[in-house]
Amino acid sequence: MALNVRLVPDKKYIRPGDAACPGCPEALGLRYLGMALGDKAVLVVPAGCSAVIQGIIPRNAFHFPTVNIVFAAGASTAAGMAAAYEVLGKDAIVVVWAGDGGTADIGFASLSGAAERNDNILYICVDNEAYMNTGIQRSSLTPYGAWTTTTWTGKKEHKKDLPLIMISHKVPYVATASIAYPHDFIAKLKRAASIKGFKYIHLHAPCPVGWKFDADKTVHVAKLAIETGMWVLFEYYNGRFSISPPSRPYIDKSKRKPVIEYLKLQGRFRGLSKDDIERIEKYIDDTWSWYVLLEKWSNMGKDISRLIERQ
Amino acid sequence: MVVLPLTGNYAVAWAVKRARVKVIAAYPITPQTTIVEKLSEMVENGELDAKMIRVESEHSALAAVYGAAIAGARAFTATSSHGLLYMHEVLWWVSASRVPLVMAIVTRAIGPPWNIWTDHSDLLDQRDTGWIISMAESNQEAFDLTLQAFKITEDDRVNLPMIVGLDAFILSHTTAPVDVLEQEDVDRWLPERKQLYVIDPNNRFSLGNIASPKDYMMFRYDIEKAMDNARRVILEVDREYGKVFGREYGGLVECYKCSDAKYTVVAMGAWAGDAKEAIDILRDNGYAVGVLRIRFIRPLPVNEILNYLSGMKGVIVLDRSVSFGAGGQLFTEVSSILASRGRPPAMKGVIAGLGGVDVSYSEIKDIVLKFINEVEDQGWFIKRQEWFMPYEYSFKDYG
Ligand SMILES: Cc1ncc(C[n+]2csc(CCOP(=O)(O)OP(=O)(O)O)c2C)c(N)n1
Ligand code: SF4
Repeated sequence: MALNVRLVPDKKYIRPGDAACPGCPEALGLRYLGMALGDKAVLVVPAGCSAVIQGIIPRNAFHFPTVNIVFAAGASTAAGMAAAYEVLGKDAIVVVWAGDGGTADIGFASLSGAAERNDNILYICVDNEAYMNTGIQRSSLTPYGAWTTTTWTGKKEHKKDLPLIMISHKVPYVATASIAYPHDFIAKLKRAASIKGFKYIHLHAPCPVGWKFDADKTVHVAKLAIETGMWVLFEYYNGRFSISPPSRPYIDKSKRKPVIEYLKLQGRFRGLSKDDIERIEKYIDDTWSWYVLLEKWSNMGKDISRLIERQ
Repeated sequence: MVVLPLTGNYAVAWAVKRARVKVIAAYPITPQTTIVEKLSEMVENGELDAKMIRVESEHSALAAVYGAAIAGARAFTATSSHGLLYMHEVLWWVSASRVPLVMAIVTRAIGPPWNIWTDHSDLLDQRDTGWIISMAESNQEAFDLTLQAFKITEDDRVNLPMIVGLDAFILSHTTAPVDVLEQEDVDRWLPERKQLYVIDPNNRFSLGNIASPKDYMMFRYDIEKAMDNARRVILEVDREYGKVFGREYGGLVECYKCSDAKYTVVAMGAWAGDAKEAIDILRDNGYAVGVLRIRFIRPLPVNEILNYLSGMKGVIVLDRSVSFGAGGQLFTEVSSILASRGRPPAMKGVIAGLGGVDVSYSEIKDIVLKFINEVEDQGWFIKRQEWFMPYEYSFKDYG
């Protein structure tokens, strides 16, 4: 998945003057989205920070044609737009740009529906691991142990593995990405855009406000998530599951940085006990052994969407 | 003229086909289901060149057709009762996006307890959403309204979505002859889709990001203006349709023998037909009575109600729904309009037929006769709520 930076358009898809907080991962991700998809993208944005980042009417910082929509209707609105473009013979890539809440919680039924129907859309979950727009409440993608304003003593449940759930929908394309690895993200966007049918990319997006770290550390924290193995980059495509190059070194557990390096930078994990940290370490190990197994099965030619379903 | 025996639901599906709708999305709910089944069949056998999105909920159904509509396609959905309530937030989003879109509502009671029969609570729960809301009396009118809805919503003075209501089972599942017109004639009458804006890669348009309170209020004012324009457009389309196809209904209301009446019954939907029969019997017995049938509850037919009703001796309003703690919605609206012009006629609001309780023309005759006698005996009064109760067929009063 080599990517030549010179081939990436230098046109700006996020104009100066957006309303994002300093160090915002969503604004960063949107820039990469513009670089990858250019003028063909039409954005569907359910409620969340990215609805606010655009700024105030009559101005809009997004240089994409953009439809804001009610919280639960990202995938369904996009499905209708894609259907219309198809019958009207218009060339467009319909992209849903939704938060973890809009994706994994309130929007989950419409997401699952669009995936099962294989609607021709590219769905991106911008995962900052909580409802940030309403002031940092837990979502089903908030990790174990994290403080939020609805989990004052730390969340007691693990993050749900949404990318695997999406693979079990037997869609043509699922990938994870990170705002710290733009080459990987852009390449995945481009690949996804070339496929007809339902595509899902789960973008890890550390938020300085909600996670309580300094605004100049967004990329650093995102990178540590990969280096500690907390977040794993992979791609599921043509029925094949493969761990992506930035994450490959960490198949070897000894290469992973201690997770504490990731956790200690973030105020949301301040209350963790030793036990909690052990639980998180075990979560990382479990996740990895699972992904490595999936890659192995997939190399043996197995349809892993079926295997996941049966687990 | 192409007359076919059709249920109300199939009549709606035929109108959708005649309008050459491009995208349909819907979710099954009794009694709306047969609309979607018929449309699926039409799409699958190539009769209708459209995409059918078989969504996983009504929330998604309306969001999907909304997406199709802003992307430039003529789009349609249909639902009932709980499905409509599940869509509710999207209704607001659609109208404030000022995008033409048409939806059929087969009116059905709301649970619990579960009840699949007609009343108008689901429809009237949408009064404030910024949709144009109409209600048919017959299968033919369901067809005509659905077809007209595309022209009304796409008129550049309007750009608002529209609901076509029809009563569960009484229309939806009852067969009657329906003139579905010739396709060429419809094509000549209904232009290609027009809309304020289209969102696609060639139209860098943004919709719905945050507005200042002042701008927000201006947008709201524009919707009210468009609703007002819709009054004129509905009338124009009705007249033009009458000229071209021979059926004209009167615009926002239909006056049935109400011009020379002293007493008038106000009703909406299929049972207005029963009210007409009741009135005919009363007329035969020497009573000067008429029916004012509400065809559109939004925009509210303010002038029509004033013009037809303010000179009446008595007005009785039949509501097939109730706003708990206030009374029947039609009564509330009609009485407030009449009260705006001096002393209104004697008035009574009757709540009947909830959850599909059958109300026959002879019962309506009795209800109206009782009202006339009360006014003649006691003189002027206003009674906001009287329930016509099943089982004992008696009346119960609430202030
Ligand atoms: C039906 C509905 N319920 C609640 C809200 C309030 N709300 C707006 S954004 C939001 C949270 C968004 O969280 P997420 O999807 O994770 O996106 P983020 O803000 O983190 O980018 C909530 C709860 C809403 N707009 N609509
Ligand atoms: S709260 Fe986080 S995600 Fe939301 S705008 Fe601020 S930095 Fe971005």
